[in-house]
Amino acid sequence: MKTIQVFDPPMCCSTGVCGPAVDPILPQFAGFLHQLKSHGVTVERYNLAQQPLAFVQKPEVKSFLEKEGADKLPLIFIDGRLELQGAYPDHEKRVEWSLRCIKEGDES
Amino acid sequence: MESPLYQGRGRIVSRSLPIQQLVDNATRFLFFTGKGGVGKTSLSCAVAIALADAGKAVLLVSTDPASNLDEVLGVRLANAPTAVPGVARLSALNINPEEAARAYREKIVGPMRGVLPPAALASMEEQLSGACTTEIAAFDEFSRLLGDDSSTTGFDHVIFDTAPTGHTLRLLMLPRAWTGFFEHNTTGTSCLGPLAGLEQQRSVYEASVAALADSKRATMVLVSRAQNAALREARRTRDELAGVGIANQRLVLNGLFRASRPDDPIAHALEQRGNSAIAAYAEFLGTLPVYEVALRPHNLLGIEALRALLSADNVAVSKISRVPVRADVPEFLSSDALLDTLASRGHGVVMTMGKGGVGKTTVAAAIAVALARRGHRVHLSTTDPAAHVVEALHADVPGLTVGRIDPAVETAAYVKEVLAAQGAVLDPDSRALLEEDLRSPCTEEIAVFRAFARTVAEGGECFVVLDTAPTGHTLLLLDATEAYHRELGRQARDTIPEAVRELLPRLRDPEYTRILLVTLPEATPVHEAASLQEDLRRAGIEPFAWVINQSFAFTGTQDPLLVRRGTNELPYLSEVTGTLAHRTVLLPWSAEEPVGPSALVALFHSKLTPLANP
Repeated sequence: MKTIQVFDPPMCCSTGVCGPAVDPILPQFAGFLHQLKSHGVTVERYNLAQQPLAFVQKPEVKSFLEKEGADKLPLIFIDGRLELQGAYPDHEKRVEWSLRCIKEGDES
Repeated sequence: MESPLYQGRGRIVSRSLPIQQLVDNATRFLFFTGKGGVGKTSLSCAVAIALADAGKAVLLVSTDPASNLDEVLGVRLANAPTAVPGVARLSALNINPEEAARAYREKIVGPMRGVLPPAALASMEEQLSGACTTEIAAFDEFSRLLGDDSSTTGFDHVIFDTAPTGHTLRLLMLPRAWTGFFEHNTTGTSCLGPLAGLEQQRSVYEASVAALADSKRATMVLVSRAQNAALREARRTRDELAGVGIANQRLVLNGLFRASRPDDPIAHALEQRGNSAIAAYAEFLGTLPVYEVALRPHNLLGIEALRALLSADNVAVSKISRVPVRADVPEFLSSDALLDTLASRGHGVVMTMGKGGVGKTTVAAAIAVALARRGHRVHLSTTDPAAHVVEALHADVPGLTVGRIDPAVETAAYVKEVLAAQGAVLDPDSRALLEEDLRSPCTEEIAVFRAFARTVAEGGECFVVLDTAPTGHTLLLLDATEAYHRELGRQARDTIPEAVRELLPRLRDPEYTRILLVTLPEATPVHEAASLQEDLRRAGIEPFAWVINQSFAFTGTQDPLLVRRGTNELPYLSEVTGTLAHRTVLLPWSAEEPVGPSALVALFHSKLTPLANP
């Protein structure tokens, strides 16, 4: 079973509609995670403004925050390995990740 | 025990009950609601005092973001029950949404202090400063009192002096919206997410919804005046509350005036206007129990004044209404001089602000008509959900357009716009998630805010006259402006509409935006406008002038009660001109109802006749 962990910057909502303008990457990413979940991938998503404890409990996230600050979030881990920081995945990356997660997930 | 409220053409239009019956039959929870300025706070205090005097333990709760309970009761209130001096068995508390939000923020951020770096803490706090956090945190407090019995044990009655109507309704409707939201939201993170503990509170919310609809436990008291706008609002509220299953409703007609000198034109017009409003709403008034409270000559500040409000004993009333009269008559700016200054730039924004019920819409409409009559292109717009600007302008005025920022319309348009821009590139799952977030309560806030920014931007071309929403809501909007400005530093600038980007600079530019603080010559509206002025100054916005509306002091009336009211105005007139305003315009109460272009403009041309010596 694959696990994807997302540590978001402080946000009001996952799609960004609460801000003055919507960044399309946010709803796309939210939908992508939803898809992975429906294929059996474990999705954990933490928002600094809502679940700060999760940030503190993961030592590498905590030390990242101390060094880089909240502005450099998000951090995205797949099976504990850091895959992306400071950005959400573009279309290409999402395809790559879903091939990897869903394929391997199906085999196991 | 019923008495006729008004006899029109030989028939009794409505009957009223003595207010004491409301006190005698009080349920455990009592809610006072109504248009701004009708006297919700005074009445809820007076009823609370009457119940406490009758031996009951009473908790009085204010949920109004612009609460003036402190001033009315003469005690500093907090978000926990505080004993009210001078009234045994009465406690009061004030749910300040800002403070509730701060407490909520601290609950989340506090444990992270010393654990997370300061920059991360700061950005958490900022994210938790939005309108939704404030709204939800306040509701959290509200429903704790209503749905969690342990928080109000020991009190026989809990009385809510609720916020102005639109806000009240949102507060009351939310539990339904949220109860549905929990059932449909399966993805975790959402706009309601800032309240991570929300789901655990669910049983409390459900209990508070049940309490509201239980007529054995809760009563809705619609407060109104004998005025068309206030009665229309009461009727709308009755329908909306009935629509969510809240049927136990009463109505109080507050400030009812009967002229003691029918030959006095001002007194006669005031009584007539009340009678015709009652006649116009007779059918509505016949559908629920109506209680009557007479217009009082005195300011409703302090325990004795509040006790006298419900008293049928006029001696008790007259004893407390002696106010020292000052000899100095304040200096006012002529209305023409104000209009000349406003008109001089040829374009720009004029905003009327102040407590609900002071006549912001009327003043805004009158200014819009006056500017249009001087040959300017003028757009008159309202953000007040209960406003009737359009009705106030029955006839067309060349050069004047009229619009309204309707929250429902703006929200629908914003949702459509977002889905059109984003929906095309999204797969069905992502689109569904986006739609779900767009159903959350703060979408409306954002949509209204954007419409407000767009309207202000039009002031670059012509005159835009805005009557802003009631004070609390206006402040949320301005707060949102400030928050957006901090946010902009981090976002790609091209995704932010120009109107939003330029809003705060425009509001701060004294050549672009002129803010008129509108007030009545009474303690509460003056002091609320003064604190609004402080808030504006903190945001770097300087009010241009004050407008004192509906003054009796310069109408030349000789009706004894109105003369006393006029005399009681004088300290407040001096306070505004002497310490608060750069320039002050006084608009006397006008015998002609300010409806329609000519009557509106006539407001600016009434002669100021000082009071005869009382």
